[in-house]
Amino acid sequence: MKFYIPPQLTRLALAFAIFITLFIVLRNLLVPDTFGQYGHYRGDSLIDNQQPEIHYSGQEACLDCHQEIEDMKQTDVHNTIRCEVCHGPGEKHVSSGDAADISKPDSREFCGVCHEKNAARRQSTIVQIRLSEHNTGKKCIECHNPHQPWEMKE
Amino acid sequence: MEPNYQHLYEILANSQGYIFPNEIDLQWGILIVVYPFVTGLVAGAFILASLERVFKDKILKPTYQIALLTALSFLLVATLPLISHLSQPQRAYEIMITPHGSSAMAIFGFVYLWYLMVVLLLEIWFDYRHSMVVWADEKKGIMKWVYRILTLGLSDISPRTLTWDRKLGYFITVVGIPSAFILHGYVGFIFGSIKANPWWSTPLMPIIFLFSAMVSGISMVMLIYMVVSYIRTKTMDINVLDSIGKYLFFVLILDFTIEGLDQIHRIYEAEESFETIKLLVEGKLYLTLFISQGLIGTIIPLIVLAFLQFYKGKIKLRKTLYFIIGILVLIGVYSMRWNVVIGGQLFSKSFSGFTSFKVGLIGLDGTLMAAFWLILPFGILAFLLWLLPPWKMVQEEE
Repeated sequence: MKFYIPPQLTRLALAFAIFITLFIVLRNLLVPDTFGQYGHYRGDSLIDNQQPEIHYSGQEACLDCHQEIEDMKQTDVHNTIRCEVCHGPGEKHVSSGDAADISKPDSREFCGVCHEKNAARRQSTIVQIRLSEHNTGKKCIECHNPHQPWEMKE
Repeated sequence: MEPNYQHLYEILANSQGYIFPNEIDLQWGILIVVYPFVTGLVAGAFILASLERVFKDKILKPTYQIALLTALSFLLVATLPLISHLSQPQRAYEIMITPHGSSAMAIFGFVYLWYLMVVLLLEIWFDYRHSMVVWADEKKGIMKWVYRILTLGLSDISPRTLTWDRKLGYFITVVGIPSAFILHGYVGFIFGSIKANPWWSTPLMPIIFLFSAMVSGISMVMLIYMVVSYIRTKTMDINVLDSIGKYLFFVLILDFTIEGLDQIHRIYEAEESFETIKLLVEGKLYLTLFISQGLIGTIIPLIVLAFLQFYKGKIKLRKTLYFIIGILVLIGVYSMRWNVVIGGQLFSKSFSGFTSFKVGLIGLDGTLMAAFWLILPFGILAFLLWLLPPWKMVQEEE
């Protein structure tokens, strides 16, 4: 007896063959040329990632002009906090030199981001007060110099 | 207040205690809740269809095609919540063309393609082939060509070929059961394998997902069977409902036991994350876990289903009860997906704080989008039931 292959199977095999061929053709068209150049990603994406605008200048750029503030900062507890943590992204200010291009936060709430009482923060690491009780009505920087917090102003 | 930090104050107002910066915002929103829910309905509906075929449960026959078409409708939509969740949905096809063998996320491409192309479409094709050939002869105009294309141009309906349709269809069903288990077990694995998250990381997760999937799929097919019978003004067969209800009862018991086992294990082990998780389930997840998933979605349906195993009184009351139970179970399973996906992101990995989640209404990641992806499968199902009506199929003697 001749070996019998059901007609459904041959028809489905044909349909799958067409589908797989179509997939291979599409895949060749769609996969970017530089895919796999360095790893499982498009090699050119490295070039794309170099394109975005730079916002942060980095501390070294700040010190070119403001070394004296850094020297002051090194004498007190904010010594490990880098300029742009409080002043925000500084690249615009570095390139323009304009004082309006950098943020100089002076509100009580701003200091409160780190120094408002929070049970989950260690008091021994970060000194914390209650904004609602501690010298209300005055700005923090009227007494504390943010670059030298414990050298109290008179 | 400085505009640079304005948004930070707003976000921080919604968090409690100490959280890491990348935990402020939830990366996986409501659409990632919809995704395992929809995928679960597919696996569950298919497993119900397989019960009829493999175990030759004659009573369930009227739901066989409905279950298959339900599985297909939801499967076609299963990837779409993921795609609209991505901020770059136009890149979604890349997972298919550059598959990554060692990425659990990328494996979904293979799992999905296998289940759609090899299991579900083939099973439906073998099942409907005879009818489609007959319909292609009966119809005129464009529909004639639609059916002819659907048969792939094969019009052979000799008894020998039809026997092979049945044999091959049965073979696909047998292959399909482990495939359905893999499909939804895989979804559970995605969560269960994240060892950094104690709310997710348990080897029981794939099994929990699988059983809740079966629960939701069985309920969904039961509801659709009732609604379809109502729309067609046919009396629904109470024996069918009783039979589905019996399966639902047993699977729900298993589901409840395994999820309970997982929680008991967690409570007894009481690892370092336990205090946080305890606060989580007693606080932010209280409503969705204890009330919605536990009471509404599991305990009440279990009690009513147990009652229905013995009560064989008024048919109308039983039908109403089955309908309500179906809806409650679906609410429960949806809540379970919510508790896993959202719950797992609400506590900080520092175990010292919580963030909160507010669902947006509009946008690619909002409630309306989620509702749309949940409604769309019903539209597809209506179309499929019109194109391939199970009640107009050619009856074959077995």
